[in-house]
Order: sequence, then structure tokens, then C-alpha cells
Amino acid sequence: MKRRLLLLFPLLVFLGLGFFLYRGLAMDPSARDSALLAQQFPAFTLSTLEDPDARVDESLLLEQVTLVNVWAEWCPTCKEEMPQLLTLAERGVRLVGINYKDTRVKGREFLDEFGDPFEVNIFDPDGDLGFELGVYGVPETFLVDAEGIIRYKHTGYITPEDVERVVQEVGKWR
Amino acid sequence: MALMTRAGLLLLLLITSVPVLADSAIEVRDFERPVMAERYRDLTASLRCPKCDAQAIDSSDSPVAADMRERVADLLREGRSDKEILDYMVARFGEFVLYNPRLDERTWLLWGLPFVLVMIGGFIVAVFVRKRKHAQVRALSAEEREYLNALFNREGSE
Repeated sequence: MKRRLLLLFPLLVFLGLGFFLYRGLAMDPSARDSALLAQQFPAFTLSTLEDPDARVDESLLLEQVTLVNVWAEWCPTCKEEMPQLLTLAERGVRLVGINYKDTRVKGREFLDEFGDPFEVNIFDPDGDLGFELGVYGVPETFLVDAEGIIRYKHTGYITPEDVERVVQEVGKWR
Repeated sequence: MALMTRAGLLLLLLITSVPVLADSAIEVRDFERPVMAERYRDLTASLRCPKCDAQAIDSSDSPVAADMRERVADLLREGRSDKEILDYMVARFGEFVLYNPRLDERTWLLWGLPFVLVMIGGFIVAVFVRKRKHAQVRALSAEEREYLNALFNREGSE
């Protein structure tokens, strides 16, 4: 009788493996937490897209919960994301953009065409700030709390279904 | 004449293809010392491209991989150690970029499982071997001996 039960062992192993592999099917392999979670937003000094003579630094992100969106004119999904960002801005979320590896002309054209939900756009033509943030595919969005600490990251574009979750995350850190 | 046209065409092809080649290939870097070039090769081969999942940054065309190679070269020239450079990348892109994940509380199962499996396998083999040994030394029972004798006798009488 005992030996008979032992015959069930491969079936159990199969079921266990099957469970984890099946769960893996529904996971997004590109979704992973930022290495910068719970860390201070990296220091920077850059100009803005709007004004080449302006200088902004990390203190821009203090005192208010801010959604920092990394975007570029050459990024097709950024265009699809803009309506959602405009909705977020309408709902009272403070948005700051990072214009990543772009030119001023193209960046401005993009905002003229798709709307500008951003309070200000940090101009990062060489992608240096993007590198500090570990950006590997635009668009990426970081939630920075009032102390300038990164609390949440959304890789890839924010879909209409994601808006509610982002609003919730923002509310959590207010 | 036809030959000359053909040669001319070939030349044209060669000339126009050179910039394309230079453009698509991974950039060549010069280091003062060969040791550094070797370290550069090892580091870029051991860092995984965050965008392309199954490719090291040394062979990836992705822009982020190019940025990372550039940074590795800069840090090497600054005299940073291999560990410092890997830490630098992990701090920005996460553990994901290491092809050899470090041993910590999240990866102990990954690193430990092979040893555990070998031990389980060894245990099973040991059990089987012991059982078999046990079976070999068991003497025949009286019944079996009788049956065997009967078989022998029958063979002999025929």
C-alpha cells in the first residue's frame, strides 16, 4: 500500500511544476521593480525643454508628490500614452516630464501636437539622467514622494486601464 | 567593356557598403593597456542588456546597451575595479543585469537547489545499492532449495 502511494509522487511533482509554469504564463517578463525604489531621486542639473537658459535640479521634485514621466518624440508608445497623462493631470496629479534623447525642436513639436500635461520638462538630450534612473525603454514613469524618494515605477506606457492604479499609488504617498 | 562595367559596379558596391558595416557593428574601443581591453570584454560579456533579456550588452544593438558599454569603458579608464563597475550598473538597472546573480536571501534557492538535488539523488542511489546488496546475500529458503533440486534431478534423468 505504501509503495502504491509512492507511485503518485511523479504526478505531484508534475502538478507542482504545472502550477508554477501556468502562473508564469500570465506574468509579464519585462515587468520588474526599479533598482531605485525607496531611494532618493538621482541628483542632476539640466535645462528645461521650454528654456535653454533655465537650470533645474532634483529640488524640483521636493514638497509635492510628483509623477515623473520619461518620454521622447521618437517613441511611438509615448504618443499613445499622452491622453492618459492628460487625464492624470486633470485629476490633480503633478506631472514633470523628462524629454529623453531628443532635440528641442522635436520635443516641442510633440507637445504641440499631443498636448502638454507637464508642469515642466527636464531636457536630457544625452540621456544622462535617464541612465541614472536606469531607463531602458521609454516611456517609463516614476512616482516621487514629497521627500524626493522614488516610490513606484511603471515601465512601458500607461494604458487607460492603468490610470486608476496610478491615481491610487499617488494617493498612497500623499 | 562589360567587364569594366561589372568591375565598376563591384567597386561602387564595396565603397557604399563600408559605412553601413561600420554603422551596424559594435564600436571598437582602444585602451591603453591590453589588460584593460580584456576586462572590458569580460565585463560587457557578463552584463545583460536590460531591454533585450537574453543578450549581453557586448553584442546588443539596443541604445541602452550602447550607453552601458560607453559607461563601462569610462569607468575602466577612471580606474574603477570590476566589482565597482558591476555595483554601479546594479544600482541603476537592478540585479537583472548580472548574468551571475549574487547569493542573497532571494537567490539562495536558485544557487542551493542543484546541491540539494544532487544530495537527494545520492540518497536514492544509496538506498537502492543497499537494498540490492541485501538481496544478494540472502540465502535460499528450504522451499526454494527443494524446488531447485527437483529441477536439477529432472534434467539429470532425461
